[in-house]
Amino acid sequence: MKRRDFVKIFGLASGGLILGCNVSSDKLMVNSLEDGISFVPNLFIQLQKDGKVTIVVTRSEMGQGIRTSMASAIADEMEADWNFVSVKQATGDVKFGDQNTDGSRSIRTLLHPMRKMGAMAKIILEKTAAKKWNVSQSECKAENHYVIHVKSNQKLFFGDLVDEARKIAIPNENELTLKQKKDFKYIGKNLKSIDIKDFTTGKAIYGLDARLPNMKFAAITRCPVTYGTVKNYDDSDAKSIFGVEKVVKLDPLKPSVGEQFFGMLGGVAVVASNTWSAFQGKNNLDIEWNFSENESYDSSSFNDTLVKRVEKQAKVVPPSKGNVEKAFKEGNQVVEATYSMPHLAHAPMEVPNAVAWFQDQKCEVWAPVQNPQSVRAEIARFFELELENVTVNVTLLGGAFGRKSKADFVIEAVVLSKEVKAPVQVVWSREDDIQNGFYHAQSAQYFKGSLDKNGDVTGWLYRAAFPSITSLFKPMSDYVAGFELGMGFNNLPYQIDNIQIENAKAESHVRIGWLRSVSNIISGFGVNSFVDELAVASGKDGIDFRLNLIGKDREIKKRFQHTFSSARLKNVLLKVKKLSNWGKELPNGHGMGVALHYSFYSYVASVVEVSVINNKVKVENIYSIIDCGLYVNKDNVINQMEGAAIFGMSIALYGKISMKNGAVEQSNFHDYQMTRIKDAPNIKIEIIDNDQEPTGVGEPGVPPIATAICNAIFNATGKRIRKLPLLEHGMV
Amino acid sequence: MKTLSINGKSYQIDVPDSMPLLWAIRDIIGLTGTKFGCGVAQCGACSILINGVSVRSCSTQVSQAIGKEVTTIEGSSPNLEYLRKAWEEINVPQCGYCQSGQLISATALLDSSENPTDEDIDRMMNGNICRCGTYTRIRKAIHRAVELKNEKL
Ligand code: FES
Ligand code: FES
Repeated sequence: MKRRDFVKIFGLASGGLILGCNVSSDKLMVNSLEDGISFVPNLFIQLQKDGKVTIVVTRSEMGQGIRTSMASAIADEMEADWNFVSVKQATGDVKFGDQNTDGSRSIRTLLHPMRKMGAMAKIILEKTAAKKWNVSQSECKAENHYVIHVKSNQKLFFGDLVDEARKIAIPNENELTLKQKKDFKYIGKNLKSIDIKDFTTGKAIYGLDARLPNMKFAAITRCPVTYGTVKNYDDSDAKSIFGVEKVVKLDPLKPSVGEQFFGMLGGVAVVASNTWSAFQGKNNLDIEWNFSENESYDSSSFNDTLVKRVEKQAKVVPPSKGNVEKAFKEGNQVVEATYSMPHLAHAPMEVPNAVAWFQDQKCEVWAPVQNPQSVRAEIARFFELELENVTVNVTLLGGAFGRKSKADFVIEAVVLSKEVKAPVQVVWSREDDIQNGFYHAQSAQYFKGSLDKNGDVTGWLYRAAFPSITSLFKPMSDYVAGFELGMGFNNLPYQIDNIQIENAKAESHVRIGWLRSVSNIISGFGVNSFVDELAVASGKDGIDFRLNLIGKDREIKKRFQHTFSSARLKNVLLKVKKLSNWGKELPNGHGMGVALHYSFYSYVASVVEVSVINNKVKVENIYSIIDCGLYVNKDNVINQMEGAAIFGMSIALYGKISMKNGAVEQSNFHDYQMTRIKDAPNIKIEIIDNDQEPTGVGEPGVPPIATAICNAIFNATGKRIRKLPLLEHGMV
Repeated sequence: MKTLSINGKSYQIDVPDSMPLLWAIRDIIGLTGTKFGCGVAQCGACSILINGVSVRSCSTQVSQAIGKEVTTIEGSSPNLEYLRKAWEEINVPQCGYCQSGQLISATALLDSSENPTDEDIDRMMNGNICRCGTYTRIRKAIHRAVELKNEKL
């Protein structure tokens, strides 16, 4: 087997061969580890003679810890000593397999193949040593950077095997054996981030830190109304500012219908010798716009429209079953409620930015992107370049949350570099980020449920309306797409005999984008809040009520998906009950709320304790349990879950982006607020230990938080919050 | 030409007085550890020390640092070193982007308070946003840095 075929065989590649080697000018990023000297058993591992191991990480690092997790999984199977390991970031290239860092799927989809990559290196090293000693391979065992001949207790250092290992044939997949869980050295243990020293010394390189000789800095004013264009502009003031070199009008770039590209909005760009001058120049532009038809968008009145729509019959979607009307008629109690949530923006701490250098029909990019292959393809498409002439280097991402999946900022940099014939860094101001982003959809949700005389749920009507992400790629996508409904709407984990799911129309007037946990933010809030209302109506304990609603142990298998297990969901609920000491005596003004959510194939339950004093909410404690199957870096999973709790708090307390006359009303962190350290509660996280397949971690912690906070507020005060954020209720 | 002294080294730069230090440090001098987050003194990502006092470099003009000693995350101080160690032990960062500013603010805190309480920490660190949500670890790490320092003494 040829080395390059190895990836294909393990189902990682989407069909590519190794393309021309454009080794990037940046030492941190890599297209190939082959150097003619080291042992490079596959695309992901390089062992040098001094024992140093370099591992290629193909997914983008945005705080979720993938560089550490992926490398440690490979090192574990390889029996590499972690102290010898460093990582390099892969450029965007199909030969590395899918690199789209999104959907909490890196570990879920890559853990197994990456472990095999490590096992492959190990087996070759064992074979090499066996050959040297002239013994059978079965007598040799790799351990902690050495191969040991068990009988004689001789040892050979990994680095000393490099020359010989290069000559050994690549083993077949069936020769590889993976470790037993009990033998793991790194998987399931606690590892510090492999970048920790760089983080604490300012050496970590994010997109915004990319620097090239002669690089220009650019800032762009984009139309405040989505898809508006420049009518005319006066740049005389801008041009007189220190450092400003050029002003460039940018026409919008729009992909064709159905293409999964993002293009760019267009506007007027100021190119300068430094970021500040570019910003100043931008602020001194005088631009007249052709506002698009989106100018009529008023998000608050549109929310009223959505509420009206969900309070009327809408389009029924599967898997509706039974007869809800009959259930409602026969029910002992009927409960109804409507919830709404506003648009949200990602606001990663590092704003969107990119460096591009376009020259001689070639383009190289350094940028914080979640999906470098799609960026590469998009550049090739819009600038009519051969794919192999486009290199996308992935820097660290200073947070992303879905924003950096949509690389309009890279396209802007490429256009400008082509125009000014120099490397250009495009920097979005925070105002740009808040006002010209891709927004999480605003939503309305209506529920009607019935309880029989035992307080058991007999009927469930769920009607939701929110603009779909599909509208980015296909105009007139006015209904929620199947993949969005699959995030908590039509896959309820509850056993109810009569269910009807409906979807009402919702047009989009801004660019709708996915944000950490996506539509689960909406369903997580609606479903859990309504279940809480039903639980209260039943008079039962909230956790007992939910356990009963999840119903008997069952497994649901769907093609291409992980099996859903109701037992695992009940288990996280029982565990959080214990962890939070649910039902304990609470001080005056305190309340506890619970929520659970199944997303990205992981099971999460959270309990929140709040205090409400003089109508002001303080989140005191958050307890979350996650069952994500086999996990790689325990401390990292905990860190992600803590972060998800804070992220969910931002949604509950402050999260609101609103549009008037088509333009976003918020502009920076003073009016689009984030949870700060003063708000931060005590957070306790526990992870379920089991032998199940690995599932998502980055996102599943978010959906239960906002709703658990509101359920806790109800518990403390009797006041039901059906519209977020709490800021609008004067409660923060 | 102006002279800025940063982390004990002097740099000659030719920029207007009114240029914010953040951009002089990042784009002109080329020290990129100090981060841009908001540009309006709302997030703390750009925090630096001027003569030991924590300031937001996005909202501080170059002229205000002339003749003074600037410390950025690339620099060092006894408390910064304890904090670094504690940050590493507790594995504080996620994306890491805000952490330069967090560490600088925490240094200023420890420089002014020997054993800060949670309330002191919250008060001093409230200007530093971490979108990844590492706050509980930041609190823990500051307490740990105090411990490390006391072990040393
Ligand atoms: S960039 Fe200076 S405080 Fe945000
Ligand atoms: S670690 Fe990402 S913003 Fe703080």
